[in-house]
Amino acid sequence: MTTTAETTTDILDVARAQVLERGEALTQAQIVEVLRTGDDRLADLLALAHEVRMKYQGPSVEVEGIVSLKTGGCPEDCHFCSQSGQFTSPVRSVWLNIPELVRAAKQTAATGASEFCIVAAVRGPDDKLMEQMREGVAAIRAAVDINVAASLGMLSQGQVDDLVDMGVHRYNHNLEAGRSFFPNVVTTHSWEERWETCEMVKESGMELCCGGLVGMGETIEQRAELAADLGRLEPHEVPLNFLNPRPGTPFGDLEPMETNDALRTIAAFRLALPRTILRYAGGRELTLGDLGTRDGLLGGINAVIVGNYLTTLGRDPKEDLALLDDLEMPIRALNETF
Amino acid sequence: MPLTRPDEDLPLPDEAGSAAYCGRCGDALAGGDHERCERLLALEPPRYCGQCRRRMKVQVAPGTWTATCVQHGTVEHSTWS
Ligand code: SF4
Ligand SMILES: [Zn+2]
Ligand SMILES: [Zn+2]
Repeated sequence: MTTTAETTTDILDVARAQVLERGEALTQAQIVEVLRTGDDRLADLLALAHEVRMKYQGPSVEVEGIVSLKTGGCPEDCHFCSQSGQFTSPVRSVWLNIPELVRAAKQTAATGASEFCIVAAVRGPDDKLMEQMREGVAAIRAAVDINVAASLGMLSQGQVDDLVDMGVHRYNHNLEAGRSFFPNVVTTHSWEERWETCEMVKESGMELCCGGLVGMGETIEQRAELAADLGRLEPHEVPLNFLNPRPGTPFGDLEPMETNDALRTIAAFRLALPRTILRYAGGRELTLGDLGTRDGLLGGINAVIVGNYLTTLGRDPKEDLALLDDLEMPIRALNETF
Repeated sequence: MPLTRPDEDLPLPDEAGSAAYCGRCGDALAGGDHERCERLLALEPPRYCGQCRRRMKVQVAPGTWTATCVQHGTVEHSTWS
């Protein structure tokens, strides 16, 4: 730590004054500094991020379930994704029918979750998918008391309007990576195209859910860039994924992220996004395990995906719900706002 | 739990005892080291039929997964207690 009589340059002290006390997010350069702190500062960093979360978001945790309506066979080439049709991944194309979709929503609601997100592996929805969505969302809303969210790739303005009309209340579209690293991850569409869909969603009245992945070989600076990009976008929710290297994909041979690195990243994202819902998304079981999951919930995370993911399996929700209970973090009720 | 079984005489895709192929990597179980695959199968459903190594149609839902081999049928497993 370097201090002078009037000022401190220790990044955690700076973050405490700037983020916790004044409610101003860290800048990109400051996020880099946080990501560079050593393991000896990790406990302090997580504690600070937790204080920020408690002050600006409160103790409750938003619980969500997700399901894949259309799996596999996607024309895009996102290098982390087992659902791209461009790689020799063992994932085969399959569609979920409406009764199964409703069953999945009921399973999710039974955990106390307030969110159910319907996901499709597509560049953007075609008419058939929009029709399935219209039917599916109506069937869920008639049978289950849960907010319906969607993630269907890039949208036109007309499709944004249609989703609003169906009653979809939140739309997920991730930036995936910081702008400068994005071309290393996806070549079939641009970061700017993703940003445009996010902007349209924000303006539509739907809540925007927008995050990305870490652990894909990006530099610390590029990881900070993603956090800062998200800070500028100001989504309602940021899902944070840790790369789970999938067989057959270009990133299939990368090593999963180190636990401490993942925890530092969680805390840094919280300091970059003090007022946003920060959700554990894919890869936490592999990267963090049980102990790390707990540490992350005490280090800035305030939302979880319960149960399984789109093509991989999650923890038994009972374990997550018991952990939340133990941490005295109530599940966010339907229609509760932070 | 079997959902459909096209042929009563054939074992199900993941029937213990008769599987010849690894559900994760699709390679023959005999002579190979699938310890890592086995560990990872706690966090992902099998993609290959254990009996014939065909790629299966797999549907993951929040509390279940279902896998179908055209020849050996469909199995569904709950992942919630
Ligand atoms: S657009 Fe979505 S489903 Fe398609 S390859 Fe990229 S991440 Fe996978
Ligand atoms: Zn194997
Ligand atoms: Zn088979």
